[in-house]
Amino acid sequence: MSKLKETTVGRLEMKGISIAFPGVQALTNVHFEVSAGRSHALIGANGAGKSTLMKILAGAYDHYTGEVAIDGKEVRIRTPKDAKDHGIQIVYQEVDTALVPNLSVGENIMLEQMVHGLKGRHIINWRQLHRSAKELLERMNIHVPTTMLVQELTLAEKQMVLIARAISLQCRFLILDEPTAPLSQSETEQLFQLVRLLKTKGVGVIFISHRLPELYEICDDITIMRDGKRVAQDELAHISQQEVVEYMLGAKLDGQFPERNHKPKPGHGEIWFKAQHVNDPGKVNDVSIQVRKGEIVGLAGLVGAGKTELCRALFGASQSAAGELSLGGKPLRIRTPHHAVASGLALVPEERRREGIFVGESVAVNLTSVVLSRFTKLRTWLSPAKEKRASAEIIGSLGIKTPNEAALVRNLSGGNQQKIAIGKWLLADAEVYIFDEPTKGVDVGAKRDIYELVAELASRGKCILYASSEMSEMIGLTDRMYVMYDGRVVKELDTAVTNEEEILLYSTGGMMI
Amino acid sequence: MKAAESAQGKAGFALFEFLYKYGTLITILLLIIFFGMMTDNFFTQASMIMILRSISIVTIIATGLTVSLAVGGFDLSVGSTASVANAVVISMFVWHGQNIGVGIAASLAFCLVIGLINALLVINFKIQDMLMTLATMFVFQGVALTYTRGATVSQNMIMPSGDFATGTIPKVFGKLGSVPWIIIIMLVVVLLVHMFLSHTKHGRYMYMIGGNTEAAKLSGIPVSKYRLIAYLMSALLAGLGGIILGARVMSAEVNAGSSYLMEAVAAAFIGYSVLGSGKPNAFGTFIGAVLIGILSNGLVMMSVPYYAMDIVKGSVLALALAITYYKRSN
Repeated sequence: MSKLKETTVGRLEMKGISIAFPGVQALTNVHFEVSAGRSHALIGANGAGKSTLMKILAGAYDHYTGEVAIDGKEVRIRTPKDAKDHGIQIVYQEVDTALVPNLSVGENIMLEQMVHGLKGRHIINWRQLHRSAKELLERMNIHVPTTMLVQELTLAEKQMVLIARAISLQCRFLILDEPTAPLSQSETEQLFQLVRLLKTKGVGVIFISHRLPELYEICDDITIMRDGKRVAQDELAHISQQEVVEYMLGAKLDGQFPERNHKPKPGHGEIWFKAQHVNDPGKVNDVSIQVRKGEIVGLAGLVGAGKTELCRALFGASQSAAGELSLGGKPLRIRTPHHAVASGLALVPEERRREGIFVGESVAVNLTSVVLSRFTKLRTWLSPAKEKRASAEIIGSLGIKTPNEAALVRNLSGGNQQKIAIGKWLLADAEVYIFDEPTKGVDVGAKRDIYELVAELASRGKCILYASSEMSEMIGLTDRMYVMYDGRVVKELDTAVTNEEEILLYSTGGMMI
Repeated sequence: MKAAESAQGKAGFALFEFLYKYGTLITILLLIIFFGMMTDNFFTQASMIMILRSISIVTIIATGLTVSLAVGGFDLSVGSTASVANAVVISMFVWHGQNIGVGIAASLAFCLVIGLINALLVINFKIQDMLMTLATMFVFQGVALTYTRGATVSQNMIMPSGDFATGTIPKVFGKLGSVPWIIIIMLVVVLLVHMFLSHTKHGRYMYMIGGNTEAAKLSGIPVSKYRLIAYLMSALLAGLGGIILGARVMSAEVNAGSSYLMEAVAAAFIGYSVLGSGKPNAFGTFIGAVLIGILSNGLVMMSVPYYAMDIVKGSVLALALAITYYKRSN
């Protein structure tokens, strides 16, 4: 990797970094280096390990192996304070977690100084604080009054405040974790100007992003990661978008997806579920999709592309959403999830613990929750015997590992909880099944079960909408897919004639420039 | 060493689980034994009936509160609602000379409006239930005071015009507030609410909403509708408590209901732990009320002054809350 600058001065190196979490080897022998005054793109598919690597650099973990060196000298980084002392600052994607909303911009920028710089003193010099904060903002070319409360700022401005905080401290290397994901075009441009400014001041910027075109606009070097390993490092000018995508994907996994016997022929069969001009201001932008009976239609796109928002809009779970839906030719009026369920829709939500299951209730209560009326006498009195029978059936057919149907869902593993989140909709016998990242956080065996379940539902003539940011699932499971980017459907692809590279290219907005 | 520690931890946890499940019942048993030995006539039938009678109004109000807790809400206005119901029912008899049916119906109608107001505020403005009902608690207390012009309503009271009120409180109404009816009404209320929460689809939905509102919504449960029903039930039962209170004292004192709030909250939270249910439930609430009733009656028999009683009741509530939240954080 000698194409990068050869001197060790002003260079940060991570050598042979490995880290494991219970059950996962997250990083294996990763090398990473970034030079002062240059911006370095760090890219990889979801779960490739880029965030973990950057968290190690920011001192969030202390149980990794390997070595970090700055200017050729080894340094010890085990706590966030170590990292900051060496001039490494990070701006995380979730800006709100790092800001105090009811304090002013000035106080937020100078937060570290207020916490650590006031040892032994009790009185804050407000004039000095606001003056220093103002100077910083002016240097960065940002025009926000330092007395304004952070809660009144836009997302982009909040990000700027965090960057200002980072460079208010000693800042030699700045990590930006997907900074552009929530930003508009002009806000992104403003951020890029700031990055260029920082580069001229000798700051090394590490830039994590899923959006390929903008990396080419702002970055000098690139490191590509896959499955916890570094697969490429080079100057960005030497590597094409197509190559980046190929590096990100690597070899494909085969054999984990079920064979489908009743696969509908492309373009054949009755269009059953139809959604037109679905809009949800700021989240979903004029999306039209249709699903045939027995068809598995994928919703591809990276994290933050608007897949979850679209799923929720279709299901009536977003109050601001609007659009025309129809099922079997009949128009649907869905204003709440209650209407959606009554109309034959089912949604397996992404955040299963928060949105899909009742952890304090038993397996049986969870499984019968959607169609509880069916397990009652006179539509009122619960019939535990009926509930028990039905849940035992689902437990058996899905292979849910639980002592019995009365066990609390809290005590089951993530994969089994996910099966319950899906299983409760099997009893409902809906016509349209919407899955939102159903395999997220689920182990390989349970994944396979879930794929089989989805395929089985399709073979029974259900309409399936399958949202996932895993490209391999799109290829392995779906018949057809819509690729989303920035809240819009940018491309419809036929699974038989596409490949992961093409999906990823559209997902990253690659074909748009 | 480590294994020993963890085994000890496990044993400690099992002990906590056991105490959590049966602690309330054991405490009741110990209190009965204690007071039985310390006083002469605690074990008599008359004393037991007195305790049940003394807790009946609290229990009815507390079961209403329990329903609001089941949907994850918290109706702090139950005491004020009882005051309103109390004032309306007595005034219907004394001021307007109405019969028992009209009196009770008018009173419950008022309570339905109160429940509706609570529900609409809580559902539409997405304000924390406890804060919103804290505000309405004062509003309804003021409504009751304004309605009675800050005076006690009773037979032969002097009206603002200077005349005496001519209406009388029906004798049958008074029966509702005396043994055995007052106890029977309480037991029926507890039984009905228990059946509703534990054995009907609607009760199940309420617990689901209380357990995870977002998941309940995405499961197609009409969340707002059930929260509305819960607040209506809470207000109705609080109103029933206020009516029975009126029947018991045959008058409407100023703010008569508000003193029941604290005990109702205590009873409901003690109820969380009874038999390890971990959820608000009518049977547990009843047991909670029994515990408080035994404690306060026993202490009275031991000549602890009435003005020191709030210290004991408040401590019991603090303990019940501590146990509930400690359990939840585990």
